[in-house]
Amino acid sequence: MTPKLERILTRVQKPARYTGGEYNEIVKDLSAVDLRVAFCFPDTYEIGMSNLGLQILYGAINEDPGMWCERCFAPWGDMEDELRREKIPLYALESGDPIGDFDAIAFSLGYEMAYTSVLNMLDLAGVPVRRADRTALTPLVFAGGTSCVNPEPMADFIDLFVLGEGEELDLEVLRLLRRAKGEGWTKSRFLRAAADIEGVYVPSLYEPEYNGDGTLRGVTALDGAPKTVTKRIIEDLDSAYYPSRAIVPSTEIVHDRVVLELFRGCVRGCRFCQAGFVYRPVRRHSTEFLLEKAKSLLQSSGYEEITLSSLSTSDFKGLPELTDGLLEWCEPRKISLSLPSLRADNFSMGLMERVQRVRKSGLTFAPEAGSQRLRDVINKNVTEEALMNSCRIAFEGGWNTLKLYFMLGLPTETDEDVLAIAELAERVLHCWRQYAANKARGVRITVSTSMFVPKPHTPFQWEAQVSVEEYLRRVKLLREAINSRSITYNWHAPDVSLIEAALSRGDRRLGAVIENVWRDGGKLDSWSDYFSFERWMGAFEKAGLDPDFYAARVRGDGELFPWDVIDVGVRKAYLARERRAAYEGVITPDCRVKCMGCGANCLLERRACDE
Amino acid sequence: MSRILFKKEGRAKFISHLDLMRTMQRVFIRSGIEIKHTEGFNPHPYMNFAMPLPVGTESRCELMDFVLLGGAQAREVPARLNASMPEGIRVLDCWDEKRKFKDIKWLDMEARLFYDNKVSPTQALRDLYSGEHIVIEKRTKRGSAQVDIAALHGGLEITEAEDGAVLIAARLPVQEPALSPAQLISAIEQLRPDLRPDFAAYRRVEVRDSELRPFR
Ligand code: SF4
Repeated sequence: MTPKLERILTRVQKPARYTGGEYNEIVKDLSAVDLRVAFCFPDTYEIGMSNLGLQILYGAINEDPGMWCERCFAPWGDMEDELRREKIPLYALESGDPIGDFDAIAFSLGYEMAYTSVLNMLDLAGVPVRRADRTALTPLVFAGGTSCVNPEPMADFIDLFVLGEGEELDLEVLRLLRRAKGEGWTKSRFLRAAADIEGVYVPSLYEPEYNGDGTLRGVTALDGAPKTVTKRIIEDLDSAYYPSRAIVPSTEIVHDRVVLELFRGCVRGCRFCQAGFVYRPVRRHSTEFLLEKAKSLLQSSGYEEITLSSLSTSDFKGLPELTDGLLEWCEPRKISLSLPSLRADNFSMGLMERVQRVRKSGLTFAPEAGSQRLRDVINKNVTEEALMNSCRIAFEGGWNTLKLYFMLGLPTETDEDVLAIAELAERVLHCWRQYAANKARGVRITVSTSMFVPKPHTPFQWEAQVSVEEYLRRVKLLREAINSRSITYNWHAPDVSLIEAALSRGDRRLGAVIENVWRDGGKLDSWSDYFSFERWMGAFEKAGLDPDFYAARVRGDGELFPWDVIDVGVRKAYLARERRAAYEGVITPDCRVKCMGCGANCLLERRACDE
Repeated sequence: MSRILFKKEGRAKFISHLDLMRTMQRVFIRSGIEIKHTEGFNPHPYMNFAMPLPVGTESRCELMDFVLLGGAQAREVPARLNASMPEGIRVLDCWDEKRKFKDIKWLDMEARLFYDNKVSPTQALRDLYSGEHIVIEKRTKRGSAQVDIAALHGGLEITEAEDGAVLIAARLPVQEPALSPAQLISAIEQLRPDLRPDFAAYRRVEVRDSELRPFR
């Protein structure tokens, strides 16, 4: 650590997030390293270190003895000011070396509101933000993560996108980069060669054209690049890299515990859920694998909590065996087990009891819509009866805080559907009155709503988002309908959701907007401390673009989308069929009941999804 | 009761006291050394620190007490804990001990003062700190009070380090009326603001009892 940095750190808030040196960080001897990679997370240390993808890819890349992958996070404002004042370029935590000198800078892009931080981090590193201004081969700036399923808004800044799961793909790209560096390739030669790797999207090799009305006319693939880029998956999860040791932060982070990934993908097909479609097909770890990893991760970290992470944990076949096995090991060691994302409909008594034996935390259910009609529209296959049954079990079991999550502005939503949320909350309260184990402790039911954001690669990708005014009208309607003092109503601010909606279905022209926002001081936009709606609206205006064109416009059936160049496995025709089913209120059974032929099975060599 | 002596240096000096407790808890689990937990609704490992270390201060004389369970011997503790420590924290010794932390009377500390754009005012600082009375304003919970630090400290030496920094080594009382390293250095700001350093780094060197013996 340089004296200059040491001084800065005595002045900033939470300095431990800028030091590195945590237990289990990977440090290599530079003389044995021929490729240096900065794994950048465009959010704070506390958020980034909680990301399982980071821990997996960090370990996977470092498995290669010649590659050293280090971490880098977005500094908070106080630290950024100090770094700029002292002219200290953004550095990697392990070595303290400036990431601008590295061979590759890899960004994890999980959500759209992190985009401005990517630009800010590049700038702090002294690296030009636009890819066109970076002519040398290194540092190569690449990105992966969920929001890259529509890479276009960030296409002006990123040299190369890796689509899908990175355990193999990232290494293939990095090995090619190592070769290119050794043989002195130009950047364009490298990018052209990288485009032949399945799952790699090189934006400079694709040229979009627009119609007079602003919609996309076509995309030309240049220089023989593939017309569409198909995302990569790991077919056999157990055989892919999964860490046995996790970096243990020396300061508290958001998910300060061992995270165990049970499976990828989801069999449910909720029509609003991007993750549910873009991570298909479902693939699982074996129970033996998970038990072994859980033990080694707990032992090597010293964490006292383990959480099972997946899109829908209760769909994991063999969950009873897994939880039994885990509890057998955890209980004598006073390690608690948490099971988020349990579904309300199969929240079995047995499972609850098992978890309860160790620790009882607050409960969260996400019915997403208040009425059965609307839940059918979005294919959230949860019946009120099942929800009430779960609540009853929970209340009888002594739980007395319950959170209920909903979205407002879902396609076809009427005022009746909005009011149904209040009625549902009332019935949950009634259920508590009937069944609570201990009424003296009272009950707290929290209803939360957020504004629905239509996402690419979902059946609702054609839909318009409701306006901010309309969302607020529905919020008011709901607020006035909730009368009990035991029910608290929280609603998320709609302006962030509007920007998120515009970015998520944006095209390449949005690069100008993102750059405008950043030049105007924008960063860390997922934090209310930094997000400024006015700044975003000003940036749209300056670029001559209208956020409503992206967020609030119903797309025509035949419209070509900026993200159509990315093939996530699920076919567009299938999504269109699901959209029609939504309007008819027809539910689609989960993949295990009946395969509806979405197309994702084609990503598998064996061509058949997990039973 | 078992006690460890440990140091916390380099990058680890930025780990806060709260985070250090969390870290120690995990280090014990990683090393497989069982220690006693508190009773009650939310049991946590019993760990008692002699004097919480401020963020940014290094130390080579930190003490922490705990109760060993499961037959582990004190002498095997340092090596086992060190194998599981983050960078910068090292256990130097471990032994069984009954003596209470309240017997700690003195802290030997060092402050390194850095001057960026001028020659270090070593002599001027010696003059300042050798005054018969060095009265400063000391902020306390109940407002502020005048104290004479010349009457409080138990020895003070000022030298110039090789890198040009001014090195102040002092023995300070830790019990009321206590004097913290930052308060000691605040005399410069209050009495000779022209000698204010651009940066001051602190380090704890030793803790002592009333007989001035190293407290262990
Ligand atoms: S191919 Fe069938 S089983 Fe596989 S994800 Fe698609 S709908 Fe589900």
